[in-house]
Amino acid sequence: MAEIVIQNLRKEFGSFTAVQSSSFKIEDGEFFMLLGPSGCGKTTTLRMIAGLELPTAGEIYINGEEVGQKPASKRDIAFVFQMFALYPHMNVRKNISYPLASQGMPRAQIREKVAEVAQILGIEAILDRPVGGLSGGDRQRVALGRAIVRNPACFLMDEPLGALDAEFREHMSHELRALHDRIGATTVYVTHDQLEAMQMGDKIVVMNHGVIEQFGTPQDIYDKPATMFVAEFIGSPHMNFLKFHGSLAAGATTVEMHHQTLGMPALREAFDGDMVYGVRPEHIRLSDSAGYRGEVVATEYLGTTQIVTLQTHNGEVKARIASDQVARVGESVGLDFDPATVTLFDNQSGRAIRSNLNAGVLSHG
Amino acid sequence: MSSYSVTEPSSRQKWIAGCLVIAYALITIMPLLWIISTGFKTQNDAIAYPPEVFFEPTLEGYVNLFTTRTRQTEEFLQANPPATWYDEIVHERGMAIVGPSRFGERFLNSVIIGFGSTFLAVVLGTLAAYAFSRYRIPLKDDLLFFILSTRMMPPIAVAIPIFLMFRSLGLSDTHAGMILLYTGVNLSLSVWLLKGFIDEIPREYEEAALIDGYTRFQAFYKVVLPQAATGIASTAIFCLIFAWNEYAFAVLLTSGNAQTAPPFIPTIIGVTGQDWPAVAAGATIFLVPVMVFTILLRKHLLSGITFGAVRK
Repeated sequence: MAEIVIQNLRKEFGSFTAVQSSSFKIEDGEFFMLLGPSGCGKTTTLRMIAGLELPTAGEIYINGEEVGQKPASKRDIAFVFQMFALYPHMNVRKNISYPLASQGMPRAQIREKVAEVAQILGIEAILDRPVGGLSGGDRQRVALGRAIVRNPACFLMDEPLGALDAEFREHMSHELRALHDRIGATTVYVTHDQLEAMQMGDKIVVMNHGVIEQFGTPQDIYDKPATMFVAEFIGSPHMNFLKFHGSLAAGATTVEMHHQTLGMPALREAFDGDMVYGVRPEHIRLSDSAGYRGEVVATEYLGTTQIVTLQTHNGEVKARIASDQVARVGESVGLDFDPATVTLFDNQSGRAIRSNLNAGVLSHG
Repeated sequence: MSSYSVTEPSSRQKWIAGCLVIAYALITIMPLLWIISTGFKTQNDAIAYPPEVFFEPTLEGYVNLFTTRTRQTEEFLQANPPATWYDEIVHERGMAIVGPSRFGERFLNSVIIGFGSTFLAVVLGTLAAYAFSRYRIPLKDDLLFFILSTRMMPPIAVAIPIFLMFRSLGLSDTHAGMILLYTGVNLSLSVWLLKGFIDEIPREYEEAALIDGYTRFQAFYKVVLPQAATGIASTAIFCLIFAWNEYAFAVLLTSGNAQTAPPFIPTIIGVTGQDWPAVAAGATIFLVPVMVFTILLRKHLLSGITFGAVRK
């Protein structure tokens, strides 16, 4: 239904730059996540796609047509707001039919369409209720109803689950994804919740300080982070960073750290200076035979797994291990890192150093 | 757990609070009751000492308010028997009605000027407040402060320049002039009050309407206005009360044509001696429109006072 292309998009508010220069492409029918901490520019980006903010520079193409300076009403999009923004002076039916009324659709047809949407969302029973007394979930469904009723080219959602309580959010995220799979319309979804992004998205853009840090599938972003920010923002607990200094040639497959040799995917570029050895907690095993040692300082029991915090010569490390494995506080243990999953970062700029693991996903040179 | 608790007040506390409220209500309502009762007294009852609490009510004050009369000889009165109940009241005092007074006209002027200026102040105020609330306007804070600064002195302090301006513009003693003046004085209040109300309305409502295919003005008209109804109603009450009660400018700038009721009512005194009942009747009638307007919008006014105190 719609393909959205963003090119060199920039937005300034006075002297503050909200979005630096974003470029990415959203394929037709994709569930696309804009992820980042608050103030990173993700909502501004979404609002520019919607036409609620005009870009300072750059282009937005919806289905090949440049819409950057067009008013929102001319873009054939639907927006779901975090606070739902249901018109409080109208009942559910009027709320859902409001976008159709603006197109001058005949009454009988509006009734039919509203009934159809209400059935998809399972809200037939509340159609004639005022929106004031509805529960969070029902409000969310009404907001979705108002969005899907006019068959827009794409859906834009600004943290639509942010106002729901945790238990219900889980349920609604499944419902949303199922709805997307049924309708198949392109969806752009803003969230600051990395789990939500990983769980629901086909593709993710990670933003920070108005800059796109990485753009890719959830798996790529998790396994092959392009920057230390992404490695830290995604995953809980986040990727471990072991700082060291050294000089590596292209093709190197090991690093020296505290007199121990640690493996990694072969480098595609040479690097000299301060580096960071990045490894996810689940890619660390505790083994007595390993040469690289650390002292257990804390353990957190999480059911099937446990998080063990260790103090090493290169900083604190968290390992996720099976909960039946014994780790006592104060004990010295060996750490075994899975070399194939390791990413090296330039400690200065935070960018990942090219290796056999991530060469395919790194866009920067 | 919590360091404070909310408990139901004891019956003793409730009783004391109730007494205080009743006492306050009596103090506030006494002058009002006095004015209303004086309107139904005879001139003698009105100035009787000690004051008459129980008296035989008469509509003499109201008749005097609305008519002009002359003293007549016995022969004339006998030759012209009273035709109506109000003729009869006047006859008993040895007088005859020669025509209507100007009160009706003055009252109508008050209605036109009061409601006209309120309407303008609220419409302009709503538009300005919406713009201040939603758009990036250069020097917004300075403009808002400038608008507020017109409230920092009593309006009457600029009476002389306004008097001169009105004279050279030909606005003296015109309805348009008075509407313009009261609108101008009320506008700063209206912009500030309404800006507060509109700020509280989430932008998302309009944005949703914009995306649903409505223009900015339609979104304002169909979505923002219904939400701002409370604020508009309470602002309208404040504007109307000011314009309705305004005395000093009305005395200074109006005389024959556009004079409002406040400067007119005191002049009734001089017509046939100290006619307190007629003055009181005028004041009572003068109170009615504002009371009706306030009662009609009371629900909005109450929610207007607590608006913004609780996050919805």
